[in-house]
Amino acid sequence: MSEDKKITKEQVKHLAWLARIKITDSEESKYAEEMGEILKYFRKLDEVDTEGVEPTHHVVDVVNVMREDEPEIKPAENILKIVPAKKDRFIKAPRIV
Amino acid sequence: MVETTELKVKIGLEVHCQLTNLKSKLFCSCSSDYRQSPPNTHVCPVCMGTPGSLPVLNRKAVEDAILIALALNMQISNKTIFYRKNYFYPDMPKNFQISQYDRAGGIPIAKNGSKKLEVEKIVHISRLQIEEDPGKISYEGTIETSKSAFVDYNRAGIALVEIVTEPDINSPKEARIFLQKIRSIMEHLGVSSGELEGSMRCDANISIQGGTRVEVKNISSFKEVERALNFEITRQKNLLRTGHRIGQETRHWDEARRVTISLRVKEEEEDYRYFPEADLVPLSISEEEIERQKNSMPELPEGHMQRLMTQYDISRQNAMTLIDNKALAEFFEESAVNYSHPDLLGNWIVGDLLSYLYEMDIELKDAKLMPRDLVKMLELIDDGTISGKIGKELLKEMLISGKSPDEIINQKEMRRISDSEYLNQLTEEIFSSNPQAVKDAIKDPKAVRFLIGQLMKKTGGKADPQLANNLVNEKLKTSKT
Ligand SMILES: [Zn+2]
Repeated sequence: MSEDKKITKEQVKHLAWLARIKITDSEESKYAEEMGEILKYFRKLDEVDTEGVEPTHHVVDVVNVMREDEPEIKPAENILKIVPAKKDRFIKAPRIV
Repeated sequence: MVETTELKVKIGLEVHCQLTNLKSKLFCSCSSDYRQSPPNTHVCPVCMGTPGSLPVLNRKAVEDAILIALALNMQISNKTIFYRKNYFYPDMPKNFQISQYDRAGGIPIAKNGSKKLEVEKIVHISRLQIEEDPGKISYEGTIETSKSAFVDYNRAGIALVEIVTEPDINSPKEARIFLQKIRSIMEHLGVSSGELEGSMRCDANISIQGGTRVEVKNISSFKEVERALNFEITRQKNLLRTGHRIGQETRHWDEARRVTISLRVKEEEEDYRYFPEADLVPLSISEEEIERQKNSMPELPEGHMQRLMTQYDISRQNAMTLIDNKALAEFFEESAVNYSHPDLLGNWIVGDLLSYLYEMDIELKDAKLMPRDLVKMLELIDDGTISGKIGKELLKEMLISGKSPDEIINQKEMRRISDSEYLNQLTEEIFSSNPQAVKDAIKDPKAVRFLIGQLMKKTGGKADPQLANNLVNEKLKTSKT
């Protein structure tokens, strides 16, 4: 990967769309610049020789944390309290599609 | 112009089965019994993704997945990882789904399996994944006019397995057969009940020789699969025939209108930005664990079929049809213990009963039929109380009303008529109103059938056929002289 590989404004625009956030034209250029810097920094990792090293999926060396299949009745009302928009018991969200 | 009739069709399926034997969700202890519950009653900080909450894996889901992997002849991974699939859509409150992945370092719970369809046909299974079901969205009026989406998260976080096949399926019919086999395996394992609404769903990849891969999503039941695939294949062939090209796209099966419609999906595979779920530690599956599940493996469809053939002496074809629907096979066995001709019973269940269920579009469990009533009906035929033909009507009536056969035949006067005086009187009437037919019958013995048919018709098919035959022939002899 070359050092000067830039993040384009198009890529920033696409990322903003994926995250469902609106950004302005000037923000597009600003973020393209900043993200390019961040990626350049990360590219340092490419210098490490990982030949024959197992991929790390998790930082703690623990496996098999599981629970038994036992249902618990929990009051849903507390959760519903923090929901911004409701209709009856349904949670209202913007229509997508 | 392209000649399309001979073009090869390749179908790959992604089958989603809810693990309906689980009492709680995949990563939290919310009840999984959501079907009859008011919206958003089985929700908690974990499945609603509130900050600080942590998922913990349901042990039973892993055991189920191991059983499924074994039944599909898969290689079980000794280490498996959960991944986040990121997308912003209101059906997942966390804005990601916890799933598994076979790329970017991901390791699904099992890989490389296969399922034999017919003697020569094998469908390869590329992977098995454990993942969570999203919530359910409904709209006011139609999707197009509704101002908002109304979400019920009771289903969000329910445990699913996803079975991904290679594109080895070559017709919609094969797809249906494959799914029937999967359903039967799930039911024999006791991990997923296909009778529950929405418990088994699938997406399909379809490509026609000379075309591009098109994905069809939202096939909400196995019954719909053949229909959706047929539509999509015809659509693609029409495009090719008229010189158009098929673009790679994702389409949505609209069950109400029975068409596939294009989805303007801007998200591509890489846009899901899969990465390891840091809130869950890896899962390591030991040989001992696999051995334990092997030992607890219940009877599978193949073994069940062999047993039905040897234990009840029924045909291979009937046994095969019975095991495709475990409830039907169980119904057969419950009836067979009380009936002396299991082969005959098998014919009735696989033939008439199954076609009535299909016609009425219901599952056996929704039909009001008890094994003892079916046996009773067959005994009424055996002892001559009713004819086989009346038996068919009776069975349909039993399915609809749930009444016992005795009750129905009394009510509907279905009993066989063996009153020779009454039948004789009817025969006289038929002879005098059909003089030409009588003359024909005297000349040609084959023409007697018409007169017997008239007698059966007059009695609504209830005349004892042997008796009717005798009476008409007797009468014919006296008419000759
Ligand atoms: Zn929950």
